[in-house]
Amino acid sequence: MKLQAQTLACERGGRQLFQGLEFTLTGGEAMLVTGRNGAGKTSLLRIICGFIEPTCGRIRLHDRPEACSIGQLCHYVAHEDAIKSALTVRENITFWARFFGAGDVEAGLAAFGLGPLAACNAGLLSCGQKRKLTLSRLKLVNRAIWLLDEPATGLDATAQHRLCRHMTHHLAAGGIVIAASHTQLDAPFTVTLNINDLSAGMT
Amino acid sequence: MFTAIIARDIRLILRQGGGAGMSLGFVLTVIVMIPLGIGPDHEVLSQIAPGIMWIALLLSVLLSADRIFRADYEDGSLELMGLGVLPLELVVLAKAVVHWLTSALPLSLTTPLFGIFLNLDPSLFSTLGLAMITGSATLSLMGCVGGAVTLGLRRGGLVISILILPLYVPILVFGLSASVGSMGADHVFNTSFLMLIAFALASVVLCPVAAAGILRAHFR
Repeated sequence: MKLQAQTLACERGGRQLFQGLEFTLTGGEAMLVTGRNGAGKTSLLRIICGFIEPTCGRIRLHDRPEACSIGQLCHYVAHEDAIKSALTVRENITFWARFFGAGDVEAGLAAFGLGPLAACNAGLLSCGQKRKLTLSRLKLVNRAIWLLDEPATGLDATAQHRLCRHMTHHLAAGGIVIAASHTQLDAPFTVTLNINDLSAGMT
Repeated sequence: MFTAIIARDIRLILRQGGGAGMSLGFVLTVIVMIPLGIGPDHEVLSQIAPGIMWIALLLSVLLSADRIFRADYEDGSLELMGLGVLPLELVVLAKAVVHWLTSALPLSLTTPLFGIFLNLDPSLFSTLGLAMITGSATLSLMGCVGGAVTLGLRRGGLVISILILPLYVPILVFGLSASVGSMGADHVFNTSFLMLIAFALASVVLCPVAAAGILRAHFR
């Protein structure tokens, strides 16, 4: 599997965010995307999973494992938590497990140690616990590409360590990880992409 | 996957409220107000009863159409559903089914009973109910399109009314004719009712495609 970006350019609201962005990632490689606020990190992730059309260039996936779109091979962890506060932790996880198709609820609960909170109302969770609940989707079903947008926000040291361990396992299994983060993550990133260098009209 | 969305949304509506109970309450208030405003003339009330019921149904379906996608859009769930194996069109269809089950269907089943307030001819109960059940499927599906269009707007509910109510006119016309037609010539009920079914079938196919296209545009 090979994920390739060719001369990507992105424009949001009439402002050119970046242009000439290129990278190639094969299975087992991880890329850390850095850049100042508003540089286009989130936009890049959203281009990869197909929500935004780039103004120029394209994303290609060679040797895809299944015949489906790139988005359907992605786990996208966005800023929004996609948690229903009226449901319990287990019900939230069970829904996404069923929606993504035959997901492993217990593996999801265990991924960030949410087992003891399973019967708890998700609305009562703290910010960091909500983040854990969001991230536990990563372990529900196996998807080849992980797109993580500021995954470590609100996580304590133990949870950050767990996240990095999950990322390492995913890479060892031949997956691809692309993470946008300001904080230093301990995962074995093979490539670092600084979007600041690609922004148009910046001195 | 399809049933997962339906089961979760029904559970959410049961826990958070705002489903059938609210719509029924709304219709009840409207129908109780009418005799007060028009006066207790049995003849007049009996004549306008089916029309009032249909209009009450349209308005209450519109009231809740604003909420079909909003919560899921704001917390990011809808976006994730766009990355599922299930096509977004079927996600929309599942949402429409939930909306129909929780607001339009309970109304269609009970509204003829509210007809007692309006001196509705009891012989119309079954035809009116049947026409409402069929017609409301179209109302819910079109409501999904309206709900998708107005996602980005803060006061979406008002805009939906202006956008979607004109599209409800054919349903109102044929629905009313199907409801009261059985009083006169028998064939009127049949043709109008068949038209209602045709609208429902067409919107099952067209509305999810339209709404899913609009939702994808919102993800940009």
